[in-house]
Amino acid sequence: MIPLSWYLYLSAMLFAIGLYGVLARKNAIAILLGVELMLNAVNINLVAFWRYGDLAQMAGQVFAIIVFAVAASEVAVGLSLVISVYRRRNTVVANELDLMKW
Amino acid sequence: MSLNFLAILPEILILIVAILILILDPFWKDESRRTNLGWLTAGGLAAALILSLLIGRPSDPTFAWGGMVRFDWLAFAFKMAFLFASAITALFFMDAERLGNRAEAYLLLLAATIGMNLMAAASDLVMLYLAIETTSIPMYVLAGFMLDDNKSTEAGFKYMLFGAATSAIFLYGLSLVYGFSGTTHLETMRSYFTTLNPISVGVLFLLIVGLGFKVSLVPFHFWAPDTYEGAPTSVAGLLSTASKAAGMAVLIRLFITAFPQVHGNWQLILAILAALSMTLGNLVALTQKNLKRLLAYSSIAHAGYALVGVVAANQLGLEGIVYYLIAYILTNLAAFGVIAAFGRVTGTDEIRAFDGMSRRAPSLALVMLVAFLSLAGMPPFGGFIAKVLVFAAAIQAGWIWLVVVGVINSVVGVYYYLTVMKYVYLYRLEGENEEALPIPVTRPQLIALVVLTVGIVLAGTVFGPWFSLSTKAALSLFF
Repeated sequence: MIPLSWYLYLSAMLFAIGLYGVLARKNAIAILLGVELMLNAVNINLVAFWRYGDLAQMAGQVFAIIVFAVAASEVAVGLSLVISVYRRRNTVVANELDLMKW
Repeated sequence: MSLNFLAILPEILILIVAILILILDPFWKDESRRTNLGWLTAGGLAAALILSLLIGRPSDPTFAWGGMVRFDWLAFAFKMAFLFASAITALFFMDAERLGNRAEAYLLLLAATIGMNLMAAASDLVMLYLAIETTSIPMYVLAGFMLDDNKSTEAGFKYMLFGAATSAIFLYGLSLVYGFSGTTHLETMRSYFTTLNPISVGVLFLLIVGLGFKVSLVPFHFWAPDTYEGAPTSVAGLLSTASKAAGMAVLIRLFITAFPQVHGNWQLILAILAALSMTLGNLVALTQKNLKRLLAYSSIAHAGYALVGVVAANQLGLEGIVYYLIAYILTNLAAFGVIAAFGRVTGTDEIRAFDGMSRRAPSLALVMLVAFLSLAGMPPFGGFIAKVLVFAAAIQAGWIWLVVVGVINSVVGVYYYLTVMKYVYLYRLEGENEEALPIPVTRPQLIALVVLTVGIVLAGTVFGPWFSLSTKAALSLFF
């Protein structure tokens, strides 16, 4: 069987790529994509920990399913806010939305 | 671990109000009856508050609903504060243009309130995450509610991007906590985090990022000024009070319950963050020209003061933080309420626009004076006792340097709060007859502001009942 640590390395890498995307990209859609990668890293973690732990305890699986559902609703709300900004300002680039600073 | 309906009584009652709003909305289509929505929400929340106080009080801490929520005084005290804050916010919503006559706004407010209540009670990682998202998602929409307003859409957009990213980081921390302890339950988790190691420090950092965003601690505060300025004023009031207090409730429960053994670790991290938040929040507030931005930076500083109570991590500290949050909710809601009432007439919230306000609206100016003096920590208002309690607790626990930083920062705070009052009381509108430009206060605003002002004074003078509530809440955590 593949050791647990492999899954953890995979998810850590996925998380790091997602975090890099969130911090480095300027486009709101790309930032949301980065967030999705981070959430997938979380799900890999949860399912791997469940599989290599006490199988009778369902908490890890339940947690993963709830993360799916919440992530979907968060992105739905996120994209609708992006659309509302796009309609007003014709851009979804985070740097150009600088009506308010300091 | 049973089906205890009393444990989630406030949430059930809020849900009933939300369903009533949905059902009645189509019947109240004509303009004259739209105000009913606001009265129903505020009245329903007030009724829920009274009913919970009468029959829903907890006794000894118990777990309910399969260990998902803990039914104790800490959760109860916070829930009552959230019900109160949402009822007041519903009253302020009623006079917000293009917000007050929309059923969706009230529905989102109620959904966020359910989420905040569950945040205060959650004792399981799954519930905790779900509650945080139930609060955040409606708040993103409320912040960006004004679709035809550039600032509001931008505020919602920024809040959502920051919120999504930090909640993903927080969740990664939770997944590691689950992995290392093998359980999602906060109480059973504590026996697994007994020793210091690099991984537990890393996990603590991940968790602090998520919670630091919710309570807007430096350096996770960047969203706060923009969101407060752009969001409708009444929404900003709720964001800066109830939503922040909910984050603080999670912070207390998570760190005190799940990681009591490694507290040397997180205490130092939190102490540094508290010092940074107080200093940066107050210093940047000095230069602000917009009153909502000024209050945003002041609320960052206040998150720092409240965090001092968590850093102390003793009984007095927890009493202090509950007291602090109650006083802060009353005070900041009043401050944002005055800005909302003023902004509705004048259409601006620049500080210079407040010139001569004491002559245009003497009673509003008085409420503002009470709120700002309480924020500055002057007796006989609530903010004074709250500050004394958290600082005393920190001294008791030996965090002298943190208290010194806090006290110096309070003095900086007094300066900019009083500068605003200088414009309100001492300056005149150039070349205008101020009495001819009155600022009318509507009935919902009047009710809300009177309740809040009385509350601020009571929190600062009639010390007993609030303190015994805080004590019960604090004791319920260390049973």
